[in-house]
Amino acid sequence: MAEDIKLMKGNEAIAHAAIRYGVDGYFGYPITPQSEILETLMAEMPWDTTGMVVLQAESEVAAINMVYGGAGTGKKVMTSSSSPGISLKQEGISYIAGAELPCLIVNVMRGGPGLGTIQPSQADYFQTVKGGGHGDYRLITLAPSSVQEMADFVGLGFDLAFKYSNPAIILADGIIGQMMEKVVLPPFHQRRTEEEIMAQCPWAAQGKTAGRKPNVITSLELDPATMEENNLRFQAKYRKIEENEVRYEEFQCEDAEYLLIAFGSSARICQKVVENARAEGIKLGLLRPITLWPFPTKVIARYADKVKGMLSVELNAGQMVEDVRLAVNGKIKVEHFGRLGGIVFTPDEVLNALKELIIR
Amino acid sequence: MELNEIIKPENLVYAKPGLMNENPMHYCPGCSHGVIHKLIAEVIAEMGMEDKTVGISPVGCAVFAYNYLDIDWIEAAHGRAPAIATAVKRLNPGKMVFTYQGDGDLAAIGTAETIHAANRGENIVIVFVNNAIYGMTGGQMAPTTLEGMPTSTCPYGRNIALNGYPLKIGNLLAELEGTCLVTRQSVQTAAAVKKAKKMLRKAFENSMSGKGTSVVEFVSTCSSGWKMTPEKANKWMEENMFPFYPLGDLKNEE
Repeated sequence: MAEDIKLMKGNEAIAHAAIRYGVDGYFGYPITPQSEILETLMAEMPWDTTGMVVLQAESEVAAINMVYGGAGTGKKVMTSSSSPGISLKQEGISYIAGAELPCLIVNVMRGGPGLGTIQPSQADYFQTVKGGGHGDYRLITLAPSSVQEMADFVGLGFDLAFKYSNPAIILADGIIGQMMEKVVLPPFHQRRTEEEIMAQCPWAAQGKTAGRKPNVITSLELDPATMEENNLRFQAKYRKIEENEVRYEEFQCEDAEYLLIAFGSSARICQKVVENARAEGIKLGLLRPITLWPFPTKVIARYADKVKGMLSVELNAGQMVEDVRLAVNGKIKVEHFGRLGGIVFTPDEVLNALKELIIR
Repeated sequence: MELNEIIKPENLVYAKPGLMNENPMHYCPGCSHGVIHKLIAEVIAEMGMEDKTVGISPVGCAVFAYNYLDIDWIEAAHGRAPAIATAVKRLNPGKMVFTYQGDGDLAAIGTAETIHAANRGENIVIVFVNNAIYGMTGGQMAPTTLEGMPTSTCPYGRNIALNGYPLKIGNLLAELEGTCLVTRQSVQTAAAVKKAKKMLRKAFENSMSGKGTSVVEFVSTCSSGWKMTPEKANKWMEENMFPFYPLGDLKNEE
């Protein structure tokens, strides 16, 4: 059977994938450059077909708390926003992580800080993988670099979120959200029945049936000894995720003498940089982290024994480079190259930076 | 007549609601929360909705409401209960969903969530305990603190020039098209408790018949925060709170 190939924006792909993946609810608030997600869902009216609930909330704060409530009943729920809106959601994200609920968040990043710009950026790396909200928690972070991955990571994000009872986030940027590409949408999944939800999520607050204790969704625990136990349980889960769920892609790394490390739209540009460098006789490869947390620390550490230097190429002032340096642990030179404020680098700029900062 | 001759089922006039468990309550002596919890437990059981009810507890004194009523609960961040209840009800329309919120939670930090859930006409019950003070954090000024009423953050009494006016959020909610019932009740006398229970039942019934948002405000005391004996607090409430927050239905659509 021929694959059903469609042409659409990354944001639209997220919306269509959510409907097809059997998502129960989406709660969002408009913000550029990701408003097409809510717009597409509203235009598709999935409540008439799959029964999916779609609601425009009064704020990003309300939207993430709707996700918290929906997730607390075991439903497959998601929200999306862009950088300033994601900042507003941090309180709710921390509560969701603290209550160990599965959900999917999408951040189509724009330049900051503050209201910043509506142009693409990757400056929310720290916010996403190092915390963002209060407390010791982690978000399973998927960084798509194509419209196809925008569609695919909806399902992957929910699968990982439910596997570990932990929020997952798609960390995209304005380029991936706005650009149009060919995409094969996932097949239709039925939404789970109430029975299937209670079988998968026996902790869900769905109304206390006879013979079980009340299900209470909370992150509150005033007894410090119990709260420490809760935190140790979270940490054990995070170590398990770090062990099992690292994803990355290698591009011409086999014989590489130098490596670019880049995610999302930066990685797309860096593929061209690799081609151009090789045309000049520079043995350059690209390692693209797909999961930003868990970070591909071990594979980068292995490459530190093989290559002469690494350049972390990011649309920010140097964030992921810190994780690359931690992985490399001083063995080789690691530098950062980036553009800020919504400016996107050209392949030539990156190659020049590699020559000046690493090869020279 | 011997005691064991009196203790017979036919002589029973009062019992602890089945949904209330044995956990000792953390509420202060004289606090209205205990009675309001009891009324909610009774109404849920009388409606036969024990296995279909999800409560959303707030941040504030009732943060541990989930410790006392054996139903399923979701504990909200401060002020966010109506947003959470919105999603729970929309995703599970067959469930009976209520929030339980204090004045700071509902009328200060959660004003946006409250107004918009009510304006959408979410089929939920909002139980609003208005004691004009932040009890849990030790008696600070609330949006509903009366003019001249002292609290730890307005120790010389609420000064309108400095702090603005006490917020009649019930009146505001009654103006919204999405609400079907907004009523102000109290629980300081047996008669008041009886009346309040009737309105609470109506609110829960509304939520299941799709009429829109029902708000039951309980004008309440906080004897610890007000620094009064429970008896004095009740009297003070009647003399000072009731004139500003008069009891009765602000809106009651059939």
